[in-house]
Amino acid sequence: MKILTGNDLRSGAVTWWNGTGWSLFVDDAVDVGDEAEEILARETAARRVNVPYAIEATIDAAGHVRPAHIKDRVRALGPTVRRDLAVPTADKTGWDWVI
Amino acid sequence: MDKARDLGTSPDEVQFRFRDDEPVDHGTVTVDAAIDQSNAAAVRIEPGDDTRLLLPFLDRLALVEVNFPSFGDGRGYSAARILREAGYTGELRAVGDVLIDQLSHMRRCGFDSFAPDKRLDEEDAARAFATWDNVYQRAADARRTIPEQRHEA
Amino acid sequence: MYQYDSYDQAMVDARVEEFRDQARRRLEGKLTEDQFKPLRLMNGLYLQLHAYMLRVAVPYGTLNSQQMEALADIAEKYDRGYGHFTTRQNIQYNWIKLEDAADILADLSRVEMHAIQTSGNCIRNISSDHFAGAAADEVVDPRPYAELLRQWSSFHPEFTYLPRKFKIAVIASEKDRAAMRLHDIGIRIVRRDAGEIGAQFYVGGGMGRTPMIAPLVRDFVPLDQLITYAEACLRVYNRYGRRDNKYKARIKILVHELGAAEYTRQVEEEFAHMLAVGVEPPREELARIATYFADPAFAEGPKTLDRSDPDFALWVDRNTHRHKHDAYVSAVISLKPVGGIPGDATADQMRLVAKLARDYSFDELRVMHTQNLLLPHVRIADLHAVWTALDQAGLGAPNMDTIEDIIACPGLDYCSLANARSIPLAQRISERFAQAGRTEVVGELKLKISGCINACGHHHAGHIGILGVDKKGTENYQLSLGGSEAEDVSLAKITGPGFDEDGVIAAVEKVTDVYLASRTDGERFLDTYRRIGMEPFKEALYG
Repeated sequence: MKILTGNDLRSGAVTWWNGTGWSLFVDDAVDVGDEAEEILARETAARRVNVPYAIEATIDAAGHVRPAHIKDRVRALGPTVRRDLAVPTADKTGWDWVI
Repeated sequence: MDKARDLGTSPDEVQFRFRDDEPVDHGTVTVDAAIDQSNAAAVRIEPGDDTRLLLPFLDRLALVEVNFPSFGDGRGYSAARILREAGYTGELRAVGDVLIDQLSHMRRCGFDSFAPDKRLDEEDAARAFATWDNVYQRAADARRTIPEQRHEA
Repeated sequence: MYQYDSYDQAMVDARVEEFRDQARRRLEGKLTEDQFKPLRLMNGLYLQLHAYMLRVAVPYGTLNSQQMEALADIAEKYDRGYGHFTTRQNIQYNWIKLEDAADILADLSRVEMHAIQTSGNCIRNISSDHFAGAAADEVVDPRPYAELLRQWSSFHPEFTYLPRKFKIAVIASEKDRAAMRLHDIGIRIVRRDAGEIGAQFYVGGGMGRTPMIAPLVRDFVPLDQLITYAEACLRVYNRYGRRDNKYKARIKILVHELGAAEYTRQVEEEFAHMLAVGVEPPREELARIATYFADPAFAEGPKTLDRSDPDFALWVDRNTHRHKHDAYVSAVISLKPVGGIPGDATADQMRLVAKLARDYSFDELRVMHTQNLLLPHVRIADLHAVWTALDQAGLGAPNMDTIEDIIACPGLDYCSLANARSIPLAQRISERFAQAGRTEVVGELKLKISGCINACGHHHAGHIGILGVDKKGTENYQLSLGGSEAEDVSLAKITGPGFDEDGVIAAVEKVTDVYLASRTDGERFLDTYRRIGMEPFKEALYG
């Protein structure tokens, strides 16, 4: 699936496009199909997100979204060396697949 | 519209000007052309041009435009200072991708006229020109630097 | 140390308000991200993997206790309780909000600090010898010259949109503790036989994807022409440095492509012109600045200490450095606990270090390019008390310049440019050597890890260097040997094919095995490598 991610302009927090807005949780990310360019342009112009981009991802049976690239998996969870600062996520197995 | 006009900016496009004389209304020519043509009074410097080639001809120049095709290319700042260091007193116009936050530095490098591609917010620009009450280093303006003020008798 | 006068304070305050206005215009949509990016970068604000990151300047690595406490307060008030000390003697915070950034800059300005030009294509924070003003072997304290350069380079109107970033280091001793020749300009203050002091200029060094050692372009610049010469070096670069390819835009490429002789000729021509124009600050300015760096009131005291506690004795041997006054030493505070994150310090640790500086080091602290901290002036009589306090706070690791004292960039855990993680490697390697009791056996061994080709972890200059690369979406690590950032400067050479994470850790062990088996008395790892060459190491790794 193709999902969208960026950073919040004000806070800098990593965000994911959930179909109507930007969520802090990767599992909320939705497949945007061929609408990526249109959403990115609109949301950037409205400053609801900063420097967003489209990425490939998969979704597992439990509904957990896993970005294809290691960099976005680290963004989804937080620094692997400071797991105490991780983004709270429903996916307790996150650290098993981040790297 | 004549051909030379294609290259230069017209006085109408000048948004900020810090000179009392009448704006120069000549079309500009390239650096190469200015060296070849003994009557050219207005020239336009592109980032890759060697500004020092113009130094023998400064007396007949009334307008030098320095083009900033992209705001991140800072060669034009050196071009401006070199002209002022050589004694050029005519109009020195920054044209192209000239943004608010570059105005104060451009002014210090000797620009006294600004024709940005996109008109700038007047209020923001006024604030930008006035950013620095004092300055640390010598440049093309006549400002007394902070080190000089510290050691004034 | 230097103190702002009303001019300095007004400049920093003006910058805070300028940035506040720029951030406002960004949030209002008057600036695009493309337009805002160079402005925020020139105020140290990056957009990294997880949030904005703010890099705060610690000019030439010197700060006082009040400033360190302010850094601790910022870590707690605006970040997540910690900061990361960098290889250019700065500190960066990883979890900053754009809407807080101007307030943080205002907090910094209250303690005479700032984030000016800690990023962007401009002249960056000037770095220096972390032992400046304390080292027994320095010609003079290099920091007044660094401060003169700091002021000259701040908001320089001509050099704010250079082809690429520009880093200057200033030292004043034969020993190079600042990687001077791996900077865009490296300045060494020297004394001529006649007693006259001047500056050697090395130009065109750097790490990154094309590492270069800076050649000498001028062996003596009189001190009253220092700024003029720097200005000439910069102008030639600004006019002729490449702008067609960001990877070839550093001054090292210009110097390399022109040749050092031709670059020097152009600089000398510009220098002659600049001398006629007159850009040097008044001579009295250097004298004014120098008064702030006068020696503190050193007192006589014991020159020996009680070494009966072996842990203390080891720390003294490893982490203290000879001082110009024989009743004092400089004491390194290791930010490299075994298994820890190199360069990270919590707010509480910063406050403890600030207190120790106040109580025991004339209120002065240093940030080292090795990502450690330093108390520059500690009485030998006070060392045990200092060590006891550090040890209790987890800051007493006796490992300066050992394999545990790893330089590591933030890597893929934090940095948006990284291809691989650096920190976990550092953690595992230090644990491996500490647990095996091999750290002291191996002795001086500088291991440096970068998570991408930009080389913030100085891997080209490591006795052992590790570079993380992306190999089809997985982390891979290239090993290199034989680099040095010191006066015996050299660039490390790649051993051969890369390794995965476990593999590169095993490889580091293997190369230290080769060293231990081959070394002669007194040889460091680097000395043995230089004597026996790459082959025995390759054989052990790939044979």
